[in-house]
Amino acid sequence: MLAQLTNFEAPSVDWWILAPQMILVGGALLILLLTSLSIRKIPSWVSTLIAFAAGLATFVVAMFLWYDVQDHGARSTLAGALGLDGFSLFFTVLTALGVMLTTLIGDAYGSRERMAAPEFNALLLCAATGAIVMAAANDLIVMFIGLESLSIGLYVMAAMHLGRKVAQEAAMKYFILGAFSSAFFLYGIALVYGATGSTSLTHIQSATLTLEVRGTPPELLFVGMALIIVGVAFKVAAAPFHFWAPDVYQGAPSPVTGFMASVAKAAGFAALLRIFFVALPGEVTEWAPIFSGLAILTLIVGAVMAIMQNDVKRMLAFSSVGHAGYVLVAVTTGTAEGLASALFYLFTYTFMVIGSFAVISLIGWNDGHDIGRYEGLARRRPLVALAMTVFILGQAGVPFTSGFIAKFYVIQAAVDDELYAMAVVAMVAAVVGAFMYLRIVMTMWSRDVEAVDAPPLAVSWTTGLALFATVAVTLVYGFIPQSLIGFVRDAVPQLVAGG
Amino acid sequence: MEVTESWYLVLGALLFIIGGTGLLIRRNPLVMLMCVELMLNGVNLTFVAFSRMFSDIRGQTVVFFVLVVAAAEVVVGLGLVVAILRRQPEATADDLNVLKG
Repeated sequence: MLAQLTNFEAPSVDWWILAPQMILVGGALLILLLTSLSIRKIPSWVSTLIAFAAGLATFVVAMFLWYDVQDHGARSTLAGALGLDGFSLFFTVLTALGVMLTTLIGDAYGSRERMAAPEFNALLLCAATGAIVMAAANDLIVMFIGLESLSIGLYVMAAMHLGRKVAQEAAMKYFILGAFSSAFFLYGIALVYGATGSTSLTHIQSATLTLEVRGTPPELLFVGMALIIVGVAFKVAAAPFHFWAPDVYQGAPSPVTGFMASVAKAAGFAALLRIFFVALPGEVTEWAPIFSGLAILTLIVGAVMAIMQNDVKRMLAFSSVGHAGYVLVAVTTGTAEGLASALFYLFTYTFMVIGSFAVISLIGWNDGHDIGRYEGLARRRPLVALAMTVFILGQAGVPFTSGFIAKFYVIQAAVDDELYAMAVVAMVAAVVGAFMYLRIVMTMWSRDVEAVDAPPLAVSWTTGLALFATVAVTLVYGFIPQSLIGFVRDAVPQLVAGG
Repeated sequence: MEVTESWYLVLGALLFIIGGTGLLIRRNPLVMLMCVELMLNGVNLTFVAFSRMFSDIRGQTVVFFVLVVAAAEVVVGLGLVVAILRRQPEATADDLNVLKG
């Protein structure tokens, strides 16, 4: 077996494809180097600036590569292990935007809550790298490494307030369940490897499409697929694998929760979509029923459980479970329109959820997020309340917000694929969920109670900028979604075999 | 009786199940970490067994990646456990009950 190594040839590397990852990791290393080598204490805005710049540079490079891919087609590098296509660049753009917004929000939050800014920003960049690798991986093992880079970064970020009991508990729960789900994901990969003889998505696709049998029973592939679904369902917080979500969302620092709910969820769906839409389209009759079951359960759990919460962070955690349900409805279709609607949903949700957690980070001083704190917010800080209203209405799916178009698009894709039952469940869940969303809005606007020991609500210009950007995106894509729809339709995943 | 590759597949599955069960029922955070390792090593054994079956070296290279990832994961996990035990010595997973999930 070792004889194979005598004709070893290093795979060629296309550095442009790796540029987004290298910029992010480079930014993280720069932050760590600067803060550990500097004799004097470096002000916290320096690491925020570096992380923001890294996110911006990634965004610019990704847009440049996007037009390159649209003109010259997709390609791959590292012996076909890492791909460059519209799909991976879509998630690179989404991650870069998520990083920029999170650094902006984390800056003011970090100085108020005495959270170590360099570590926060460096870990954010590492986690974002993992998210991009997950979306770009053309090999299951590379995808696993991306998943772990993302998860390990997030475990530490969730534990940034380790002095607090709640944060300890959240971090430990997240770590144990995260490691548990990663092991499931990895075991799924091992079984798929056993069934198809390779971890490369290109090879898996041809092996399953041509039904090339390697003397292994087909059940091996099905069990492997099921384990991969379980592993990723944990990461995206789909019911019945969502237990950790409310606790971790509540205990983690609010900017981290925003990042977790947006980028980490999107990366999980990127992995699901790439594995099942691209590598295993031949098995659609096997995996579609699993996803439809997950989707229906997730929609119901997300909508019903959210109503019973009194803590705004837990409400949004269950609402985030519900949103995973809508994306799963889109995944179940298995069609090109379903894929486009899933991407549309993830993109618009990213802005709404990061925006809402920005507001939560402003109001949740001293780690309290009871809905009572939001009473009369409209009187005290009308602009903040207005922004929160836009995010909440957007998540509820009210017309003239991007959330409405996203839900409409998903349900339309389900109806086109004749999944009427799921479309009905999705609509009912939207109505039930609206009750919880409207409760938050009513609390902010109707009552006028001054919270007793509330310190004055200080909105730094960085948080203000993030709020403005997220509100603008939510409203703009609610009125003119055509450009984004064109963008997600062009974000097609393609497998290019390595040369 | 001849020991074939499928024996190792079964052993890998058993290790994975033992690790998974232990993770769910044991309350000591350190033992829970060891259970995660057991699960990952069960998967490693599965990879190596398949690799032997196919005479394909890629399955064995995977193991190295998994080892590195597992080491990184344990470093973070131990860090968390140490930080928690420093604040509440003798803590078990049952003591982490402020949040209701």
